[in-house]
Amino acid sequence: MSQENKDIIFSPDPANIATINFGPTHPSTHGIFQNILKVDGEKIISSEQTVGYIHRAFEKLAERRPYNQITPITDRLNYCSSPINNIGWEMTVEKLIGVEVPKRVQYMRVIIMELARIADHLICNSVIGVDAGALTSFFYPFSEREKIYELYEELSGARLTTNLGRIGGFERDFNEVFHKKLKSFLSTFPKAFEEFDSLLARNRIFMDRTKGAGPISADRALNYSFSGPNLRAAGVDYDVRVMNPYSSYEDFDFIIPVGVNGDTYDRFMVRQEEIRQSLRIIEQAYNNLPEGDYKADLPDFYLPAKADVYNNMEALIYHFKIVMGETDLPVGEVYHAVEGGNGELGYYLISDGGRTPYRLQFRRPCFIYYQAYPEMIKGMPISDAVLTLSSINVIAGELDA
Amino acid sequence: MGKKNNQDYLNAIEEHLGKDVLAHDEAFDILNIELTPSKIHDAIAWLQQHQELSVNYLTNIAAVHYPESEGREFAVVYQLHSWKNNIRLRLKGYLPKDNLHIHSITDLFAGANWMERETYDFFGIIFDNHPDLRRILNMDDMDYFPMRKEYVLEDATREDKDDRFFGRNNTEQ
Repeated sequence: MSQENKDIIFSPDPANIATINFGPTHPSTHGIFQNILKVDGEKIISSEQTVGYIHRAFEKLAERRPYNQITPITDRLNYCSSPINNIGWEMTVEKLIGVEVPKRVQYMRVIIMELARIADHLICNSVIGVDAGALTSFFYPFSEREKIYELYEELSGARLTTNLGRIGGFERDFNEVFHKKLKSFLSTFPKAFEEFDSLLARNRIFMDRTKGAGPISADRALNYSFSGPNLRAAGVDYDVRVMNPYSSYEDFDFIIPVGVNGDTYDRFMVRQEEIRQSLRIIEQAYNNLPEGDYKADLPDFYLPAKADVYNNMEALIYHFKIVMGETDLPVGEVYHAVEGGNGELGYYLISDGGRTPYRLQFRRPCFIYYQAYPEMIKGMPISDAVLTLSSINVIAGELDA
Repeated sequence: MGKKNNQDYLNAIEEHLGKDVLAHDEAFDILNIELTPSKIHDAIAWLQQHQELSVNYLTNIAAVHYPESEGREFAVVYQLHSWKNNIRLRLKGYLPKDNLHIHSITDLFAGANWMERETYDFFGIIFDNHPDLRRILNMDDMDYFPMRKEYVLEDATREDKDDRFFGRNNTEQ
């Protein structure tokens, strides 16, 4: 629907207004959230959101857990790209305790985080296809995502909730299988991806459905504190990887794609281009992967190898201290942000020197931008509201914490 | 004209607000400024409009509960970001537990709406002039504010996780 149509002022007859529930469980919400829509025929007059269906009190939980036990909580924020959440949290703690991780760890992290971004965007974009009626383009990318999950599996043993990495680095180095699978992924993925792209990007039906659906202006998006692909689709080139580079992102050459109209089609295209850029970053990082250790020298936080724990007194002591959370921590206040799948994912950590955070707050991009949804779908037909919802990629786990 | 640094921000804010700047420090490169709570709304409006400081982005609103510091039990923390100078800034206001009112900034940043609702939901901070201050993640009929420190997460009789053994001495949880 075009912008002009959206601006027509409705004066509906109250007798024609219907109230319908879009959600909490609806195939196209891809999660559990409710929207109560007031509609005049197909047109949405107003909507009201209810969130919190899967609120799990992460911030409260975090106040009772030692730092290394918080990593698994972060998995469950944006579970489409858990490694970014994990690594973001680890970097927050590293900032607090003031440790510089080896260059190799930073590059390894970049590779993993960009793989996660690809997996995240790939699913989001293929789901936009589904909601526009294109099911084929949904099935193809899954075999590609599967390859990324196999890479996680080599590195962490898990696939979805990865608990990947440790404070100070990784639990293990890239192994032979990982190298083999990553190389094969890098050589086969571009072709498969372009095939996926060709199914939708210039598809007339898809373009007609998505252009003008759920637009937001750059001004409003900024006012709503949007971040990530949704903000960039509106034409603002803010990216934490460039604004506050972390983990050596300043070493890599990549561009930040931006859109113009901030509508569903632009959001789709921005994510598509970001996948290409992520691939470029991975190639650069992998080809220049520095030699060195896969972890920092950090006996107070990094668990010693199991064999050492059984055979070496010192290692046993450290193991005990870490597991029981007896490590002394500095007092301080840290904010660390990473560019998550959906935007600026921030960790605001206040430490009072105890073994658990005094206060830990997650800046969850989904939660912040989802509040703009009623404004974006006002005056739209219901089918466009469905498309808008999938294209802003609201992940219930991140929304509700 | 080069980019401004934390010190420039601090100087400008101190000059503008004078004695309403109660304290300031720097934590991991981010400037923390404590202001008189009633002045925070105007300070943010001023920072947002300012040509050179140009604080254009609201990153986050958080609250923190300090049950032991009398008269300033709750901190409301605004994290702001100026993209022009790439400066992150934290404004804090401390509220006493019997007067948890602070001016809402939803008129300045639309995105503050849910952030403030979340803060109300978990800490009971009341944002005056907020258009729709209701609970957001918890049940509407919940009758307490769960992130306050007096609500312990686990069975209080459990001793294996007792803070006394792990570096914190005088908490009563």
